[in-house]
Amino acid sequence: MCGVCGCGQEGQPGPAGHDHASGHEHPHHHDHLHEHGHSHHHDEHPTEDGMREGRLITVERDILEKNNRFARGNRRLFADAATLALNLVSSPGAGKTSLLVRTLGDLRGKAPLGVIEGDQQTSLDADRIRSTGVPAVQINTGKMCHLDASMIADALHQIPLPRRGVLFVENVGNLVCPAGFDLGEASKVVLVSVTEGEDKPLKYPDMFHAADLVIITKVDLLPHLEFDVEALEGNARRINRRADVLRLSTRTGEGLAAWYGWIDARRQQMVGA
Amino acid sequence: MHEMALAASILGLVEDQARRDHFERVRALRLAIGVLSHVDPRALEFGLQSVVRGTILEGAKVVIERPGGTAYCMDCSDTIEVSAHGDACPRCGGNKWMLVSGDELRVLDMEVD
Repeated sequence: MCGVCGCGQEGQPGPAGHDHASGHEHPHHHDHLHEHGHSHHHDEHPTEDGMREGRLITVERDILEKNNRFARGNRRLFADAATLALNLVSSPGAGKTSLLVRTLGDLRGKAPLGVIEGDQQTSLDADRIRSTGVPAVQINTGKMCHLDASMIADALHQIPLPRRGVLFVENVGNLVCPAGFDLGEASKVVLVSVTEGEDKPLKYPDMFHAADLVIITKVDLLPHLEFDVEALEGNARRINRRADVLRLSTRTGEGLAAWYGWIDARRQQMVGA
Repeated sequence: MHEMALAASILGLVEDQARRDHFERVRALRLAIGVLSHVDPRALEFGLQSVVRGTILEGAKVVIERPGGTAYCMDCSDTIEVSAHGDACPRCGGNKWMLVSGDELRVLDMEVD
């Protein structure tokens, strides 16, 4: 019905009290494709200048609510299986896959392991991972620049969950977009190599702020570079005081023991929880 | 450009709200994108422009509010204002603060038909 004059209301004849031709302009159409008497509202009213206003609806909902719902589901699965899930993030080329392959080789047989690989295209990384004998599933995100929690939920149907072990999620190489998407992981681990800039944490604060561990990679190259690793570490701590910081070289093995120690302490927490 | 994914999330949320509240068109949509969130409002506007074509959101006016950051400084034992991760406390110059608000991503309200 018309919110101003009431014309068209069920049980009432058409316009009676005033002339629509000379009075207010009839503000809405009655020719839409549904019967009246259902639940939509016709309580809009004309403003002084004759323009009607719409109905105001308070929403107050989180834009990421759907992702966060999937993330909660994933986190519950990980908790039930006492699986430590780590979300590895970095720019392309910081050494995520190399560190992962080395880590899997060193930890294999000591704990159940699994890997979810995210890339825009190809299964090259998952192929590298599977060559270590660890179950891996590749997610191709196509044009998407990050993994989201629903992709992880799908992938979890395709590999056995490493109970009381570690699930590594290698995110798309991108220091911006994956920061905002909770996958249900226990921690984000951000890698930054010494061939990048010392100011990376300041340039990409969202990612460094979201991480629980910052790994500085390729430190074997330091003698060949003019790179202030202390400045990098200071910048990371400026953005994120609570994160741990480790330095390592996948190639020489320097610093790997601390990385494995960090994983093991976290894994004990999951199992003990 | 994760703003494209966020634009699609906003559209999904609005379509869900339309089923609940029975409306057919959105005239205006108000969002809150905190200054410390990981979202660039201009990129989000661009993303929205491309995902709304032919949908309930087509033609809607989008208003983006930018709530500022508030934090709690441990050294000052007080609430402070911040505008970026890594900012120094405007009072003591330290960085021992915890964000209280300013990283939100919310759909606030809509004007609909």
